[in-house]
Amino acid sequence: MHFKPRIVALGDSSILIQLDEEIDPAINQRVHALANLIANSAINGVIETVPAYATLLVHYDVLILSFTQIKNILREKLTHIQENESRKPRLVEVPVRYGGELGPDLESVASHCGLRVEDVIRIHSEKKYTVYMMGFTPGYPYMGKLDDKLIMPRLETPRTRVPAGTIAIAGSQTGIYSIESPGGWNLIGWTPLKLFDPNSDSPFLFAPGDEVKFVVDQ
Amino acid sequence: MSLEVVELSGLATIQDSGRIGWRKFGVPVSGPMDTFAFHAANKLVGNDANCAVIEIGLGDITLRALRDCVITVTGVGYGVSIYVWDFPLWSSYYVRAGWTIRLNKLDSGMWAYLAISGGFQAPLILGSCSTYLRGHFGGFDGRQLQVGDVLRAGTPSRHPNELAARTLPESARPVYSNNPIVDVIMGPQEKYFTDESIATFKSQEYSVSTTSDRMGYRMEGAALKHRNKVELISEGMTMGAIQVPASGQPIVMMADSPTTGGYPKIGTVVSADLPLLAQCVPGRSKIRFRETTVAKAQRKYRALMGGLEKIVESD
Repeated sequence: MHFKPRIVALGDSSILIQLDEEIDPAINQRVHALANLIANSAINGVIETVPAYATLLVHYDVLILSFTQIKNILREKLTHIQENESRKPRLVEVPVRYGGELGPDLESVASHCGLRVEDVIRIHSEKKYTVYMMGFTPGYPYMGKLDDKLIMPRLETPRTRVPAGTIAIAGSQTGIYSIESPGGWNLIGWTPLKLFDPNSDSPFLFAPGDEVKFVVDQ
Repeated sequence: MSLEVVELSGLATIQDSGRIGWRKFGVPVSGPMDTFAFHAANKLVGNDANCAVIEIGLGDITLRALRDCVITVTGVGYGVSIYVWDFPLWSSYYVRAGWTIRLNKLDSGMWAYLAISGGFQAPLILGSCSTYLRGHFGGFDGRQLQVGDVLRAGTPSRHPNELAARTLPESARPVYSNNPIVDVIMGPQEKYFTDESIATFKSQEYSVSTTSDRMGYRMEGAALKHRNKVELISEGMTMGAIQVPASGQPIVMMADSPTTGGYPKIGTVVSADLPLLAQCVPGRSKIRFRETTVAKAQRKYRALMGGLEKIVESD
């Protein structure tokens, strides 16, 4: 069924543009195209936007823009995303040490999916993924689309502490824990790259819309 | 060197107006729980709107002035004494070097804001000196304050004579209450809930659970039922958004809440009323949610913030 885009208020100082309601790379690309279009338009009163799988949240200053004003501006922008040429995404390569102490679920993933460990590693690392969105913790990327052969449920009991840099999978997605935190995804490896450094000039390794390629580093 | 922490039983953090511009990278805004009291505190001591203050909750704090300064304390639920005298909140005071400033927690309210003329100095992390406790960055070394911490303030904007003995009249403040009616913009996932639950949400009383914190206020009351799906694909969030997980108990996102979330949102508390909710006491306050329109909510917010201009000389 065709989903009709909606623009709805999220409270009195943010507005949600819903392009669709599923996780799909093509839909997500339109979200990023819209985000870029709004950023480049430098609309006075727009504070920042937050892309997600199929939506874009626009935070705005109530003392500068009314709901009606921002809604009309965004409606107009929506009509232009088809014409807007998406930027070529930036590619980030991520070296991974699969398995071992920091990838304790690699073998259970293999056996659950009816594969050898080497196949899980090959299938996970051969594809390029898109960073659909970021959230959960600073710098954490939600990436997809994971090959159907590797679909796993989340853990029944999340771990209380997952080290930063741990690579994980759940459902059709893969992610990398950006800071030490609790975690409910299946842990298959680790990268020495730093995803988040608040004191750096470039605090984040990833940005929404990036393409990611895992590279076996063992 | 301006103030030293000499006693502390509460949760005290340095907060400025919030960490803006990094939400799409997953960085929460943090900042004050009661944004009105925060802004009033800065205005009372002649600071820019973005200056850092001390937010204190859940207990007491005593500080010693290491130099002469002008301070104020705003918020709800605290008594203030400076040197040997007791003072009301929402006024500015001249403090001499060596004097102690004591904030003691009373039965009502939750959060108080101590501002010093010149603002507290802390390194800018991602453009802000608000403390994000979960991430261990921002504010005072990324943590809550401890006894022995010494806080430095910047240069006051005006002469102390022009900044001390000012007050924000009660008529210009939010109507804090133990039984507030909190306005809400409904949705965006109103359709995820049964009609009966929507009516329940708008009519029943809710209290704040003691498991609440700076990330979110867990509300306790009549459970809200989902029609069908209990989760949605994650989307952006804002302070005041009310998520309802499978348990049916609503959770209101507060200052340190994550930037995205995957539970249906029945509504969002309006900006003007967030201070009312922030100052509710777990287990004691009774809150009722009321539906309003965005236009009305925005007018209410502009009127409230306009009230900050009503600072007068104290009697």
